[in-house]
This record gives sequence, C-alpha cells and structure tokens, in this order.
Amino acid sequence: MTGRTGRPTAPTDPHGATAMKITLDADKCCAAGQCVLIAPEVFDQRDEDGVVVLLDAAPPAEQHTAVREAAAICPAAVIEVQE
Amino acid sequence: MTTRPIAVVGASAAGITAAEALRRAGWTGPLTLIGDEPHLPYDRPPLSKQLLHGAWEPARLMLRTAEQLAPLDLDLRLGTRATGLDVATRTLTLDDGQRLACAGVIIATGVAARTLPAADGLTGVFTLRTLDDALALRDRLSGGPRRLVVVGNGVLGCEAAAVARELGHEVTLIGREPVPMAAAVGPGMGELLADEHRARGVRLLTGEVAAFEPAAAADRPVQVDGVRLVDGSRLPADLVLLAIGSEPAVGWLTDPALDTTDGLGCDAYCAAAPGIYAAGDVARWEHPVHGRPLRFEHRMNATEQAMAAARNLVAELTAEAVNGTAEAAGDGAEPPERRPFAPVPYFWSDQYGLKLQAYGLTTGADQVETTVLDRDARRAVALFGRAGRAVGVLACALPPRQLRSLRALVATPVLWEEARDRLREATTVG
Repeated sequence: MTGRTGRPTAPTDPHGATAMKITLDADKCCAAGQCVLIAPEVFDQRDEDGVVVLLDAAPPAEQHTAVREAAAICPAAVIEVQE
Repeated sequence: MTTRPIAVVGASAAGITAAEALRRAGWTGPLTLIGDEPHLPYDRPPLSKQLLHGAWEPARLMLRTAEQLAPLDLDLRLGTRATGLDVATRTLTLDDGQRLACAGVIIATGVAARTLPAADGLTGVFTLRTLDDALALRDRLSGGPRRLVVVGNGVLGCEAAAVARELGHEVTLIGREPVPMAAAVGPGMGELLADEHRARGVRLLTGEVAAFEPAAAADRPVQVDGVRLVDGSRLPADLVLLAIGSEPAVGWLTDPALDTTDGLGCDAYCAAAPGIYAAGDVARWEHPVHGRPLRFEHRMNATEQAMAAARNLVAELTAEAVNGTAEAAGDGAEPPERRPFAPVPYFWSDQYGLKLQAYGLTTGADQVETTVLDRDARRAVALFGRAGRAVGVLACALPPRQLRSLRALVATPVLWEEARDRLREATTVG
C-alpha cells in the first residue's frame, strides 16, 4: 500500500500486464445482463434464464478494464476477478 | 498538516462500492467506512427473496470477504451511526461523541422502512429492510403454516408475499392501490402479476389499515392477532409485514446548507456541497439526460452512483490540492475531471418463477402502454412515456437477448412513436 499522503494520486493500473483470472458464483446471478453489455467478449447469458456464462476465464489485457467494470457493477456481486 | 480522511457514511452496497472506487481512483489517504448495522456490507435484494425463502444463509449475502476488504485499508466502524455533519468544515459527528474532520464525505445512508405507530409494542409485526429484519421474519415463517398479512402491495410486499406462498403460508396482500405495484410497473403489468399472485393462492385486497388487534392474552409482549381495516372488516393474522415504503435516512443532516426534501439533494455530479457527495437510495440528483431530480431505490443505482460519486470526489479533491499547493501541480499527473452521472436506470424483481426487468424510468410516466405477448406465461412488455417521449421499458419473462436490446431503446429519450415501433420489432423477432 502506498503511503498516506492525504492527497489523491493519479489513478494507476498496476495490473495491466499481469494475468487475470475470472471466477463466477453463477447461482447468485440475477440475470441483469450488465456484464454482457460492458464486456460482451468475456460474458454471455444463457438463453433460457439469462444466467451469466463465462466465455473467457483468462481474458487478454485489452479486456481487463471492462472486466473490472463489469465485476464492480454486477448487482448480485457474482463476478470475482483475481489478478 | 495532519491528514484528514475521506469518510463514507453507510456500509451497504453503495458504501462499500464507494470505498473501493475511492481507492481505484487514487485516494491513498485514510478512509473511514461507517455503518450503523453491526454486519459487514451485505446485499439487500436477496432479503425478500432467497434469504426469506431459506434457500440462502446470511453468509451468502456478504458483499466482500475479509480478504477482499483487507487491501482497502479501511478504518471500518460498524455499529456506529453518524449524527451530524457540519458542511463548511466537512466534520462528522458520530453517536459515540467523536468528531471526524474529513477531507471529503460520501453519504450513502440509504432509506429506512416506514412503520405505522398503530403497530408499536406488538410482536408479530415486521418490516423488511435489514438482515436482522429478514431473519426475524424468516424465523416466524418456519415451523408450520401461518396467516400472514402483508400491508403494502408495492414491489417489496409482492416479493415477500410470493415467498411466503411458496413456503405454504396463508397470505393476504392488502394495499391502498387496487392494482399491485402499479406505481412501479404500470397498471397493465400490475394486473398481469396480480393474476399470477391470485393463481398462486394469494388473497389480494384493496383497503387501508385502521388498527392492529392484539391477542386476548394479557401476556407481555402482546402478540398481534388481526388487522382491522378502515371499512370495518377484520383480517386474522399471526404475522404482519409492513411493506409500506421507506424514508430516506437524512434525519441526521440538519445543516441548512443541505437540501433534504426527499433524500439528499445533489447536482448532476452527485455533489450535495463542496467535498460532500451522496450515492444510492438516499441520493436525489439532477439527472443530466432527464433534466430533473431523480432518486432510485434500486440495487444497480447504488453501485453505479457510488462509483460516480467516488470518482467525482477524488477529482474535486485533486483540483483543490492542485490549486492549493504549487508542488502538487508539478507532478505531471493528468488531473481527473468530474463527470455528470447519467445512468440508464435498471431494476429487477423476482416473483415465483417470473423475472421483471426494467430500463429507464417507470415512475412519473404520463403514458404507459402494456403489450401482453403470452398471457399464460405472463410474458409482457410495457413502454413508459413522459411528455411525448419514451423514458422507460419494462419486461416480464422476456428472453435475455430480447431484453438486452431494449436498453438502447430508452438510453436517451426518443419520440414515443419511434420507441413503440422499435419495441414491437424487438419483441416479435426471435
């Protein structure tokens, strides 16, 4: 953790080059579909009930920002991202 | 100079999201998260669904694990209530008497369930807002069939009624509005869902509660035994759930610099005052697309607005620092800019096997058109308009692909006729 300067520092992305691993707790999915709207190359929904489907558990770096956004925004806290 | 913290008041979905977003946005100073409940941040939508049903235990509702919280380096104060905020100095007062002078504050205190004074002192009368509320009601719904009267036929009351019926209880749903959930889903969709509740065995009534009647026994505390309506009729009840809406938790915000009529009033950036932002159920802000103040008690909004408020607060503090100190301007960092918060609102509700999902605005519409696509399957869509433009769309039991395509329909308000044609196209293909 960086020091407590009390002053905001510029946002950094220390994860950019590292691998990302996504896990889902799909039983909790409420089928909002927000993840598919944000990162359609990584997430999809089952046709019958809209539950999330993981298309790419280790997406390439250009997808990382969208995946983090999808994980943060998921209203059922289904998506866990490890970097 | 001592380093002042950013304090996030409210430790539910919006609060924890704000804390994380503050760190992501670059806030490395002290970060205090204050929650009046004793629990770590947990998710509320399942309270009236999976948790009440007994399908999930409380651990399932926890929004973050200890391992996920640790890197946030939070000064976490649970079981602590903020009792005041001095806007000019950004100083919070807490219920333990402590004063906390802050660099910035994000207010995410949510709403509290409305109650009826007539129910004071009676056991067996519940509200459903917190985990403890839900566990108490669930406890009474286990161990044999009960007669449950749900007072209030909005979305929460309907969800709880559905769960209680699935558990085999005798359920009466009473509301002042003849059509359940009409304010949120429109009359046509409300009727369709009323059919489903009736088919499942819920008794639907229109009326108003006059009094709660205690059991004859003189035992204390006194157990509720029935609900007397204004028309004189009486509903026997072992349990009563009050689902009559909520009040924004703004009672502690008495500084006249703040506007607390219907939540905490904010500008388009979610700022209530310099350095003071709000997010989630409590926040009423100027939506830049809809051009009027809006407040949502939706799970999705809690997350999105918390992220926006956090980003904007950090941007404001960065600008303050740049203006205040010469060396700060020289670090070469791109100063972040505040952005108006302009979401496409989303909410969902689960009742029996049916899923309701909406994009945009469904309340405050002056025009609603409901199309039933399959009455037996309760498959339907409704379009909501205001001043000649479509502002919201709601679907029940619609396939996910069709549903997702509806978001674009109301992302920016389009002319009613155009939206209606596009909705027809989207729901007839495939």
